[in-house]
Order: sequence, then C-alpha cells, then structure tokens
Amino acid sequence: MEVATAPAITRGEPLTAAAVMKRPSRFGDKAFEWLTLAMAMTVVVLIILTGWQLWHGSQLAIQKFGLHFLVTSTWDPVAEQFGALPFIYGTLVSSLIALLIAVPLGIATAAYLTELAPLWIRQPLVSLIEMLAAIPSVILGLWGIFVMIPWLRDYPFPWLRRFFGWTPFFSGSIYGPSMLAGGIIIAIMILPIITSVSREILRSVPDLQREAAYGLGATRWEATRIAVLSYAKKGLFGAVILGLGRALGETMAVTMVIGNTPQIAASLFKPGYTLAAVLANEFTEATTDMYLQALFYIGLVLFGITILVNLLAQLMLRTIATTSATRAVQ
Amino acid sequence: MHFERTNNHTWRKIKNALAVGTAFGSAILVILPLGLVFCYLLINGIGSVNWDFFTKLPAPVGAVGGGMANAIVGTLILLGLAGIVGIPIGVLGGVYLAEYGSGQVNSVLRFLADVLNGIPSITWGVVVYGLIVLRFKGFSAYAGGLALALIMIPLILRTTEEVILLVPNGYREASLALGVSRWKTIVHIVMKTASKGIITGILLALARVGGETAPLLFTAFGNRFWNHNLSQPIAALPLQVFTYAISPYDDWHRQAWAGALVLVTGVFCVNILVRIVTRGNTA
Repeated sequence: MEVATAPAITRGEPLTAAAVMKRPSRFGDKAFEWLTLAMAMTVVVLIILTGWQLWHGSQLAIQKFGLHFLVTSTWDPVAEQFGALPFIYGTLVSSLIALLIAVPLGIATAAYLTELAPLWIRQPLVSLIEMLAAIPSVILGLWGIFVMIPWLRDYPFPWLRRFFGWTPFFSGSIYGPSMLAGGIIIAIMILPIITSVSREILRSVPDLQREAAYGLGATRWEATRIAVLSYAKKGLFGAVILGLGRALGETMAVTMVIGNTPQIAASLFKPGYTLAAVLANEFTEATTDMYLQALFYIGLVLFGITILVNLLAQLMLRTIATTSATRAVQ
Repeated sequence: MHFERTNNHTWRKIKNALAVGTAFGSAILVILPLGLVFCYLLINGIGSVNWDFFTKLPAPVGAVGGGMANAIVGTLILLGLAGIVGIPIGVLGGVYLAEYGSGQVNSVLRFLADVLNGIPSITWGVVVYGLIVLRFKGFSAYAGGLALALIMIPLILRTTEEVILLVPNGYREASLALGVSRWKTIVHIVMKTASKGIITGILLALARVGGETAPLLFTAFGNRFWNHNLSQPIAALPLQVFTYAISPYDDWHRQAWAGALVLVTGVFCVNILVRIVTRGNTA
C-alpha cells in the first residue's frame, strides 16, 4: 500500500527535485482516511451515547428507587411508585418459552439444511427462511392478534390444560393474550436468526469430520450427530445466546399478543408484560416526570441486559467461527 | 452374531430415517408461519387494497373507506431522512474497516457494530426521544428519521465492509501503480467494483427499517393528516398498522390488514429484487 506515496516514475527522465516536489498532495488521502475513521467511530459514539442518554434520563428514578427498582413489583403511575420486576419476569419467561421452542426447531432445521436435505431443496428453503426474517414485527403481531390467538385459545390451550393442567404452568382460565402466546410469537421472530447462524456454524465444520464418520460406515444421521453437531456444540450455543438477545428485545409482536398486564403469575395462560412492551405502550402516556424517568430506567435495564447478552454471544461466536458465522448475524 | 448385526443395521437405518424426517418436519414448521402470514394477509387485506387506499387520508371512526396515502408517503419521507444520515455514515465507516486501520482496532469496531445490531430497536426510539423530542419539545419526522438511521448505520457498515473486502487486491495495486492516489483508488476503483454489493446492503437495510414500528412510536409519533413540515409528527405505514390493529373497530382492522399487505409486499419486493440482481454473486 506504500506504493501510493511514491512519486510517479516517468520513463527515461530521471526524477528531478521539482518532479518530486510536484507529486500529488497527500492531503486528499489524509482527509479521506480521517473522514472514514470518523464515520466508523460512530459505532463507539452510539453505544456511549445510548448508555449516557438512558442513564441521564433516568437519574431521578435511579436516585429515588435505586436497585430496589429491579425487585419491586408495584407499577403505579398515579402513586408514582415504580418497580420493574413484573416486566423483567415477563421478559425472561417469554424469552425462555421462545428459546424452548425455537432452539430445537432452529438447530434441527440448520442440520437439515447443511447435512440431511437433498441438495435441490436447500437453497429454496434458505431463501424462504430469509423471507420469514424480513417480515416486520408489527405484521406478525397483527397476524398474532387475529389468527394465532383465536386458534391457540380454541385448540392447543384447552388441550394443554386437559393434559398438563395439574402443573401450575397450564392451569387457570384461558384468555387468549398470554405469556405463552407471547413466547410463541417471539419464537417465530427468532427462528430465522437461530437457524441461519446455526447453519453458518455447521457449514464451517471441516469436511474431514464428516469424511471420517462416513469412512467408518456412519449413516447420515450418525455422521451429523457425532461428527458435526458435537463438533459445533460451542458455536451452536453462541447462536442460542444470540437468539436470546433478540428475544429479550422483541417489541411490537409481543406487545400485541402478550396481554400487557404487569403481574407475576405461574400460569402461562395468564397475560404478562415485557420491558420492551411497557416502553412501547406507556412512553407517550407518561404524564409526570417520575413516570417518564421510570420508563427511561426500564430502557436502561433493557439496554443493559441486551448489551450483555449480545457481547457474550459475539464473543462466543468470534472465538469459534470466524467471519462466516458473524455474517449471518445481520 | 450375524443376526444381531443385520438387526442393528436395520435399526440404525430406521433411526436415520426418523432423524431426517424430524429435521424435515422442523424445517416445514419453521417456514409454516411465513406461508400462514402471507395467506392471511392476502385473504384479509386484498379486499381493502384499492385506489382509495393509495390516494385517500384515513377515514374517521365509523366512516367506511379511506386510505393510508399519508402513511405511505410518510414512510418514504422517513426512509429518505434515515438514508441521508445512515447511508453515508454506514458506507464510509465500512470503507474504513475494510481499507484502513489496524487489525485490532478494526476488530473492536466490527465487534461493537455487531453488538449494536443486536440492540432492541425500541432503545433507539427512547434515545432519540431523549436527545431530540424532549429537547425540541415535540415529535417530528426528523426524530423518526434519525431513529431509523441509527438502526441502519451498523447494518450498512458491516455489509459494505464485507463486499469491499471481496474486491481483489490486484485492482488496488494496479490503480496505485498508475499513480492514482489512495482515496481516489478507493472511491473510483474499489467502491465502484463493489457498488452492486454496497447498494444491495443499503436496500436491505432500508427494507428492514421500513417495517420498523417500535423506534417510531415516540419519535415520528404518527399523524392522521398530510404533513409536509418535517418538524411535525408524521404518519408511517407500520405505525398506522399498529394503531389500527389494536383498535376496537372492524373497519380499522380491515385497513390494518390492507396496510400490512402493502408493507409486506414492499419489503418482499426489495428482498426478491436484491436476490435476483445478486444471484450467483457471493457479494
């Protein structure tokens, strides 16, 4: 790359001092480099700015409630008493449900796409999964309200209650909008990312692994299980954490189906609320300063959790697979 | 022994078939929602997508008809504003990561960009609310556009970097050897070679933020009327779909389905277009 700084060599004529002096100015180069550097630094600025803004915006609430905010379950805008526990609980439980559904399905689909499926079916399936990822959250929510919830209420929920009603998770009356519905819609939202990152990870497993297994007479499934999946275990875990990060922050679709009730209930048929959903619903209604501050605090908690989970996921994915896996992250 | 071995072999084959079947079933389950959502959008939405939908303002509660013309235009305006801020920052930042800098600094920046991509989009709404809306005392198209731009920056940055890294080094060397300065080499040779990939990344980012609702809720806010003043609240298609979907009126539900159908068609068109244009290209 140093070539650029060398003066242009003209054949035949030896370089004179004047010619050297006339070489193109490096001002343009420097300016362009600094310009692009400034643009690249926006990612640092954005993270700091976000953290600062959320911290600054919730100062009063932090002073008033402190860390008790995280373990208090009162949410009473009129009395100006705020606690984030029901929202943290709802966020964690709905994300957990989503992971329970999406992880096995996503990894099985990824294994199907890289190891088990006939070749002609792979590319169309990948394209379809990318299309699913492109559906805006609000549209999935609309479908959730008018199609998924009525169906869940009429068929799977009563069935679950009949067979698993003896557990606290599937007992009580069925409303429709519920923690379980929220978890299911999040699962649909995070399936594409879990699938595509897992797929990249499985693709990065060296062929030697597979050849060794097939050479020993393994069937397709045995080769997948012994040589590919167990080899990629760590990377797949990274994919799961990444999916968790997305699940925690999923907003619109969840807001539309989870029922938006700040309560902590064992039954998954009961409505819940998440951190992101309370921001979406109440931000514009915040009439008092303290109310707004409490919501900023919620935003800070959400930002803190998701940034930690994403840091973890990226670290895991980076130590295992290189660029190919992180490409799918987008 | 012979008997046992064949038996074992059959069992292994059955297990294999079962596993492949399960994996196939999973794949079908994963794409099932795509089919279902699209079918229901067509069934429920197509009836309300008509000329009025694209040319009229929303009808008041109770009145039949009306459209979402203002929301469609609003979304385009917001995308324009987001693009003005997000595209140059994302593209030039991506150029830096691919062409300049040291390995270590760049891997940190890349890492942070990937982390930013995982931050919930509603966070940007809250941040822009604090930065712009509170400061200038009002929701505005500018605030909405900025929130969308912040989502676009890390997306475009990463895709740009990746396609620029795909440009063979020989191109750079040839240009530099001719005495072209480095920045002109990057702009006229490298970026031009990678332009298809860069534009793909930009279009996908626009399609992605075009469907975002959460960051607009308290920045652009929505508007039931035409608005050409960018410092006032502005309507957006996904916002309108949300407001209508959670309303108690049947008429509004029909409009929500129609709006969703139009929105999804737009997003899918961009995605399919990009796929056709870049078919066969790794970029």
